[in-house]
Amino acid sequence: MISLTAPFTDEKIRSLKVGDEVGITGVVFTGRDAVHKFLHEGGALPPEVKLRDGILYHCGPVVMKDEQGKWRVTAAGPTTSIREEPYQADLIQKFGVRGVIGKGGMGEKTLAACKQFGCVYLHAIGGAAQVLAECIKAVRGVYLMEQFGAPEAIWELEVENFPAVVTMDAHGNSLHREVFQASAAALQQRL
Amino acid sequence: MSTLQESLVELIRSTSAEIPDDVQDAIVRSLEEEKKGTIAESALKIIERNIDLAKQKSQPICQDTGSILFYVDCPAGFDQIAFEEAAREAVKLATKKGYLRQNSVDSLTGKNDGTNVGPGSPTTHFHQHRSPEVEVRLVLKGGGCENVGAQYSLPNEKLHANRDLDGCRKVILDAVLQAQGKGCGPGILGVCIGGDRATGYEFSKKQFLRTLPDRNPVPELDALEQDVLKTANELGIGPMGFGGKTTLLGVKISTANRLPASYFVSVSYMCWAYRRQGVRLDANNQIAKWLY
Repeated sequence: MISLTAPFTDEKIRSLKVGDEVGITGVVFTGRDAVHKFLHEGGALPPEVKLRDGILYHCGPVVMKDEQGKWRVTAAGPTTSIREEPYQADLIQKFGVRGVIGKGGMGEKTLAACKQFGCVYLHAIGGAAQVLAECIKAVRGVYLMEQFGAPEAIWELEVENFPAVVTMDAHGNSLHREVFQASAAALQQRL
Repeated sequence: MSTLQESLVELIRSTSAEIPDDVQDAIVRSLEEEKKGTIAESALKIIERNIDLAKQKSQPICQDTGSILFYVDCPAGFDQIAFEEAAREAVKLATKKGYLRQNSVDSLTGKNDGTNVGPGSPTTHFHQHRSPEVEVRLVLKGGGCENVGAQYSLPNEKLHANRDLDGCRKVILDAVLQAQGKGCGPGILGVCIGGDRATGYEFSKKQFLRTLPDRNPVPELDALEQDVLKTANELGIGPMGFGGKTTLLGVKISTANRLPASYFVSVSYMCWAYRRQGVRLDANNQIAKWLY
């Protein structure tokens, strides 16, 4: 496993290739459907949310407040990324995002943006909410909570050794494209 | 809190945190079959660890705690209104306790009031039977896998699918191909051949109440189930769509009568985080027996 530690520089990101297993350590920001549409339509990013050279995580966590009033993430796996395909390339360009964590992969537009601007798609294990929540060491903040509700808010999370697989790299390669083509061909032979 | 509410909260907790034994067995078997050192194997190892951790911590297996679908078998005269009231209260409480995510959004306003209760949530399907027993089954179905479900109207020229079992096979396998890893595979298919658009999907989801090792009593459907399972696992889509040997853990197919004009094949996809539990309630609404 490759250790991918903040700061997430262009060099580090471009050194990754499809199939690499990484453990991510640093700060990540969650953002899913409502946030993507909002930012794409020109909504203002809260100033605390530093996406430049940062990582965006497609995730709507279960978050509880403990007795001291501190947030605690109790379940936090990735959500399906393809829904953000209409917006992702724009956000990568506009905000200088270096990594997108999600599941299921994304399309050609995002892949092209990854190549052009130096970004990778990091596939986390869908449904593995407990394993992934254990990698979240602290909740540093929450933004746009009033507007979008807890699952859709931007959560600022400190992660340690968060496991993911590079399935789209900054060199134009996509595991999702490969597997789709190979499986479509295999199916043709079996019809 | 009524005893019925307490029992339902416990059913929700268990469903959200504990995968049924038959599903866990299937995941363990698929892990043994994947090639060592592949990302498919890594994915299944994380899945296995996640199942253990969720159970141990009594926390959601997946943060998307899904659509809340109750299936109730009850005798005639059973108070359905009281059950639905208790179910709504149990859902609110389970959400407060973190067994369920605040997961229900008003489709018009986009507001999430954080209770998980609203039109269509939870959904309860009642079925009356002659026996005095009350059985409550619960399926929590996440949105990722729900989104890759598909309904085909046959004939489908593009897929060369006619109105016969071979046509059904073609469209079901197309649904698997299109889903790739997006539904959090390895997945389980629930299928209904026939019905109208609504009952087709409803029947397809009811298939998720079956256990994985069971066999379809209808020979033609049993053969189709086995064939689709085997073929899908030869496509190399693999866990999470990473490539690999395990694309599906099971296929369950039912039929419903159709109109001469219609021939729907409705395919529901269930993720590996297959949350399904059930209880038999005693006369005092306490849990007398777990069904899975």
